[in-house]
Amino acid sequence: MIEMHQVSKRFDTGLLAVSDLDLEVEASEIVAVIGPSGCGKSTVLRLIAGLDVPTTGSVSVAGHEVRGPDPSVGVVFQEPRLMPWLSVERNVSFGLARHEGDQSLVAEAIERVGLSAFAGALPKELSGGMASRTAIARALVTKPPVLLLDEPFSSLDAFTRVDLQEHLLEVWSWYRPTMFLVTHDIDEALVLADRVVVFGGRPGSIQTEVIVDLPRPRDRTDRSFHSFQDLAMGELRRSSGERFASRVS
Amino acid sequence: MTRLAVDTPALRPDALAPSRRRRRVPRWALGLVFPVVVGVSWEIGAISGAISTRLIPAPSEIARTLAVLASDGDLLGHSLTTTFRVLAGFVLGATVATVLGAATGVSERFCAVFDPTLQALRNIPSIAWTPLFILWFGIFETSKVLMIALGVFFPVYLTFSGAIASVDRRLVEVGRIYGLGTTTLIRRILLPASLPTYLIGLRNGLGLGWMFVVAAEFLGASQGLGYLLVDGQQTGRPAVIISSIVMFALLGRVTDRLLAWGGARFTGWEDGFTRRAVA
Repeated sequence: MIEMHQVSKRFDTGLLAVSDLDLEVEASEIVAVIGPSGCGKSTVLRLIAGLDVPTTGSVSVAGHEVRGPDPSVGVVFQEPRLMPWLSVERNVSFGLARHEGDQSLVAEAIERVGLSAFAGALPKELSGGMASRTAIARALVTKPPVLLLDEPFSSLDAFTRVDLQEHLLEVWSWYRPTMFLVTHDIDEALVLADRVVVFGGRPGSIQTEVIVDLPRPRDRTDRSFHSFQDLAMGELRRSSGERFASRVS
Repeated sequence: MTRLAVDTPALRPDALAPSRRRRRVPRWALGLVFPVVVGVSWEIGAISGAISTRLIPAPSEIARTLAVLASDGDLLGHSLTTTFRVLAGFVLGATVATVLGAATGVSERFCAVFDPTLQALRNIPSIAWTPLFILWFGIFETSKVLMIALGVFFPVYLTFSGAIASVDRRLVEVGRIYGLGTTTLIRRILLPASLPTYLIGLRNGLGLGWMFVVAAEFLGASQGLGYLLVDGQQTGRPAVIISSIVMFALLGRVTDRLLAWGGARFTGWEDGFTRRAVA
């Protein structure tokens, strides 16, 4: 569904954020990218979203080369980015401009994230978790085949985060979109993803991959879950350890 | 909007009494305290002879002058003429400023072409244009309205252009994700996001409009509050001058409140700091 081939991204400042990246995500697969901050993982997401253009290499979604933002790709940003002057309902319908009037779609998306009672509320009246859910509903309302999430729950408390992770899995089972999730939370990656890509280095590149073949719903207290935690943590430490070592030398 | 954010801690019952007493004095009454004190001492000073009433008439004298002017219909006529000029100039100046401000705020290139010129023109004291405007547009309404429009233009243009250029990049990116074109981006994100700042620009512009109308009416007007000022000076009647100043203050305040009140209906979504929540 998502294919990246020999992708590099150099910013105008001269910073090489990503280099020679090869990545494939299957349809309906959930892939999580973890890595230390500043390793270019958000850049990868922005390249898939069409918000940035790769310097070299090619990015394609559903067989088409990405040339800019596309309605078939939904994005949930790190911050909710709601329009403060619109109610929850109208924020969610923001992405529906072309087929306005489909209020049933809006109502359904709001219900999926459990916010029906707050449809008329303004963003300033929402808690952080409710604002995040609104942002997810906005991305979902068009039922995009690909959903990109850039550290969507990183600013939330632990309880709300676990709650929203479950919500996200419910959403996934609703119409099984391909999901690409950037996070720095190992547990989040292991609870949600089929495959965890460990990203690191400067410029950023894929260090290793962990296939998470645990049945869902996953139990964080389970022994096998712990062994995956240890595995992922070890890989993450190894990749960032290399980074520091190379900086010292 | 009227929700109070600060409450006295309920744990201290003794703290409740003063806060309740404070709430009983309405806000508008507090605003009256200072002018009433000044007015009363002024009147006392005039009656006792401490203030020379020949140059500084007593408040009662000003009130009498206002009543006389009002009763023969002069006051209404002058006020209406001036208000009309301000509103016409305001609408004209604000419209042009909004269009140019939106263009320079949205487009980097448009800004590079026009903004330096506008910034240079801004530094000319607009009253310096008056002789030229009279020469070009005659002594009657056109030159006056254009003068006011010029005064209104700059604050509205500057605030609006700046407000649009500083709209949160992250919200604009959401617009890009949903494939909004330039015009829809302006309509659905840039305009609503910059509305609160734009409103402040409009209020500044209206205030300057009231200042410029005086300058315009000083030069060859036979109607209007500015004319009344000059007339009071030439006929040696300070009470008339002060009456007209009072009318400027009242009209300026009323139109500003109307604009603020009208604007507040569109900016209720703002999640900002309000003095009321802190005081």
